[in-house]
Amino acid sequence: MTLAAATNENLANISNTLIYSSMAVYTLAFFAYIAEWLLGSRSKVGRTAAALTDARKAGAPAVTVQKAGGTAVLERPKVVVRSATGARDVPDGPGAHGGDEQGDLYGRIAISLTVLAFLVELGGVVARAASVERAPWGNMYEFNITFSTVAVGVYLGLLALKKNIRWLGLFLITTVLLDLGLAVTVLYTASDQLVPALHSYWLYIHVSTAIFCGAVFYVGAVATILYLFKDSYENKLATGGKPGKFANSFLDRLPSSASLDKFAYRVNAAVFPLWTFTIIAGAIWAGDAWGRYWGWDPKETWSFITWVGYACYLHARATAGWKGRKAAYLAMLAFACWLFNYYGVNIFVSGKHSYAGV
Amino acid sequence: MSKTTTGEQTPAAPDDQGVGAAGSHMSTAPVETLANVSGLGVIGWARWFWRQLTSMRVALLLLLLVALGAIPGSLIPQSGSDETKVADFRKAHETLAPIYDRLGLFHVYSSVWFSAIYILLFVSLIGCIVPRTWQFVGQLRGRPPGAPRRLTRLPAYTVWRTEAEPEEVREAALALLKKRRFRAHLTGDAVAAEKGYLREVGNLAFHTALIVLLVAFAWGQLFKSEGNKLLVEGNGGFSNTLISYDDFKSGNLFDVDDLNPFSFTLNKFTGTYEVSGPNRGTPRVYQAAITYSEGAYGKDKKTVVEVNHPLEIGDAKVYLTAHGYAPLVTVRDGKGNVVFQDAVPLLPLDSNVTSSGVIKVLDGYKNARGVSEQLGISAFFLPTYTPGSETASTFPALGNPVLNLTPYHGDLGVNSGIPQSVYQLDKSHMKGFKDSKGAQLRENLKPGETMKLPNGAGSVTYEGTREWANFQIVQEPGSGWALVGAFTAIFGLAASLFIQRRRVWVRAVKGADGVTVVEMAGLGRSESAKVPEELGELAAILYDQAPGAPDPGSSDSPDLQVVPAEGAEKQ
Ligand code: HEM
Repeated sequence: MTLAAATNENLANISNTLIYSSMAVYTLAFFAYIAEWLLGSRSKVGRTAAALTDARKAGAPAVTVQKAGGTAVLERPKVVVRSATGARDVPDGPGAHGGDEQGDLYGRIAISLTVLAFLVELGGVVARAASVERAPWGNMYEFNITFSTVAVGVYLGLLALKKNIRWLGLFLITTVLLDLGLAVTVLYTASDQLVPALHSYWLYIHVSTAIFCGAVFYVGAVATILYLFKDSYENKLATGGKPGKFANSFLDRLPSSASLDKFAYRVNAAVFPLWTFTIIAGAIWAGDAWGRYWGWDPKETWSFITWVGYACYLHARATAGWKGRKAAYLAMLAFACWLFNYYGVNIFVSGKHSYAGV
Repeated sequence: MSKTTTGEQTPAAPDDQGVGAAGSHMSTAPVETLANVSGLGVIGWARWFWRQLTSMRVALLLLLLVALGAIPGSLIPQSGSDETKVADFRKAHETLAPIYDRLGLFHVYSSVWFSAIYILLFVSLIGCIVPRTWQFVGQLRGRPPGAPRRLTRLPAYTVWRTEAEPEEVREAALALLKKRRFRAHLTGDAVAAEKGYLREVGNLAFHTALIVLLVAFAWGQLFKSEGNKLLVEGNGGFSNTLISYDDFKSGNLFDVDDLNPFSFTLNKFTGTYEVSGPNRGTPRVYQAAITYSEGAYGKDKKTVVEVNHPLEIGDAKVYLTAHGYAPLVTVRDGKGNVVFQDAVPLLPLDSNVTSSGVIKVLDGYKNARGVSEQLGISAFFLPTYTPGSETASTFPALGNPVLNLTPYHGDLGVNSGIPQSVYQLDKSHMKGFKDSKGAQLRENLKPGETMKLPNGAGSVTYEGTREWANFQIVQEPGSGWALVGAFTAIFGLAASLFIQRRRVWVRAVKGADGVTVVEMAGLGRSESAKVPEELGELAAILYDQAPGAPDPGSSDSPDLQVVPAEGAEKQ
């Protein structure tokens, strides 16, 4: 064996060790998130319930927002914000810790562990890339580890931007663990070079944007699911129903359904142009590699279906009678198409895309 | 007054909200109307139908249908991409196949029903874009709508009292908003301003680009031509005329004169393969060195065609799509005369390029008795022969090539009029050569070795091996337009999704106590945190120019301090 090959093998082993280590750290983070949820209590008064009953008594409360960063706030006129008519004025929940100090501490520990695990996993992905001397997107194993890294990266990035999304942690890390578990057991492929058909700079463009879009769509999908739960919870409260204890404790801590909905929309809308670009980049690449831009190959077809799915979602939000829950169902459907395109098409359907090895 | 149906801003009861007309027209989305259709004539019905077709609801439904309709094509084999799979499917599902045929499920994307869906969608799209464009032009020509009577009702609102005169405040506000590139004007006691029109431009550009994309795609399909040519290293060339192709397909409107004149020859094919590890045998380098010339008398140029790097000549592209081996074979008759000498391309059967084919000697051969005959020699080729694996190559490169030959003589039947594959042997009028034991003659040759045909019937020599490459030549006009459409779509979409369209109003009037009351309010197309933020910023600047006066202190509800000027709404 040549020296270079030995180095590569070494790097590949280092990569594997790092991936396993990151799984260990993610597991710790997972337990910390659980502790956050368990120790954190819901706020003493059920906020949502209180807001909804208040609203019926006293009309919509106005929330006062001051533009951040001004010390001379007193000098400035205050801007009064009110939500659209028809929307429930429900304050956002306090987050998983529910205002409990110990819960908050565990939450912070969980975030720190997530950051650590993210860095370790990132190291694993980079080592893998170095070992194969190309971008780490040649097969499903590599795709999976990169995908979860990017998804966690998106989450941490949003946190760093001070977005109110700490509540997403538990759900995200749970699925990241599933994704990694699948990667190291079922999908593992020893590191190797690409077949020539995958040699193109369009690979870098097309696949990296595809992974990124997937990660962001995923974050959007989690928010959408939580929106659906929170929305029914609020509906129940608003109509005088009594949600179960679990719902009371759990859902009350999440942001309001309107916030969740808005967050999901922003996330999905923000990557939609990039997803459009991903498909176009793929078509350009296919034009170079296969002699046609568009050939209704299963992978192309499902990318198209996913795209149309999200277009439906965006349209639905602009159509009377389709806003809210119906639109959310469309978003879930679109994400299901994305998932099927990734796992389903690679595993069950054969097409030009499947030669990279499962 | 029309109601908007977009965004979360839908005023359920506009007048009650006090937002009125100012809150509408923020989008050019079509209005959802449930027209009463009873008692309408033909024109009424047509109009009703058209309205339905171009409504958002139906657009949404059609979009859903396109997505649904695309699914079967990804799960059922499609004749457009893989005929053999379709044939296999037909064999395996004898009852299902005819039903599928009826429904066009073997060619979903050109089926009647799929076409119907997307044509309807695009009609709806055009029916949507045209009126929206007019409406938008109208909005551009007009001015931002005047301030609603009760600014307090708007999603973002602020108020303060100042010593400055109302006129001063309005002037300052107008200047400020114009500087911030709002379209602003003074109406009555308030300044009305609007910004973010690019959102609508982007949205219209996006939807228009979709049409461009579709038309370009359809154009490409109609005028497309696509064919294959197999070339052996150093052996013959290709010139772009219909007869040079091994096979050829073209769109309905394609004309032979559309073919670009050019020609090329294959100098050398280079393929290297992974030698170890789990991906042993996977191609690594895969390229064809060719010499080509453009036009009828162009200069010879050399280039390399690789998998992701087609050669582009005009709007034609030359792709490298396959590769295989072509053993160089010499056939001699009983007298030792060379009757055949050529590289015979063989078809790969597996990923290790185990190949098969036929050597056909059509004329010039005379048997031992001096009678003219034809020869057909079945050839089976292993680029890397490993003892123990007699029927399959163990590696795709030329490691230990072995050519297995099974000769026949007689009439090849090529003159029977039935088209024949060059890779298959019709043995109905052929007899096998027998070996010394009376069995069919069959021999393994290494390069340089010769097989003797029995009883002085001649010999076959395996001289060496050349490689062949298959080229796909594609000409698809319209792809430039498709690209333009695609990128316009992306930018339009980005503008449509990221740009906020919003309105700001500033009202300054003398309050009952003679002190000026400044009211500012903002309204966005969709609810967004940015609108209040921006309003706060604007207010802060304006506040510096019209500083606050002491509060009368009594009331904490700003609503009560405002006495809207009489008739403000009418302006
Ligand atoms: C080819 C199919 C179509 C696709 C892929 C498509 C896609 C989209 C997308 C992605 C958006 C989101 C942009 C935004 O929210 O501003 C959008 C918006 C919009 N589309 Fe389409 N569209 C299609 C057909 C149509 C048709 C047929 C109509 C007419 C009924 C239409 C009317 C609109 C309108 C009015 C908006 C703006 C919604 C708003 O104001 O928020 N679209 N479209």
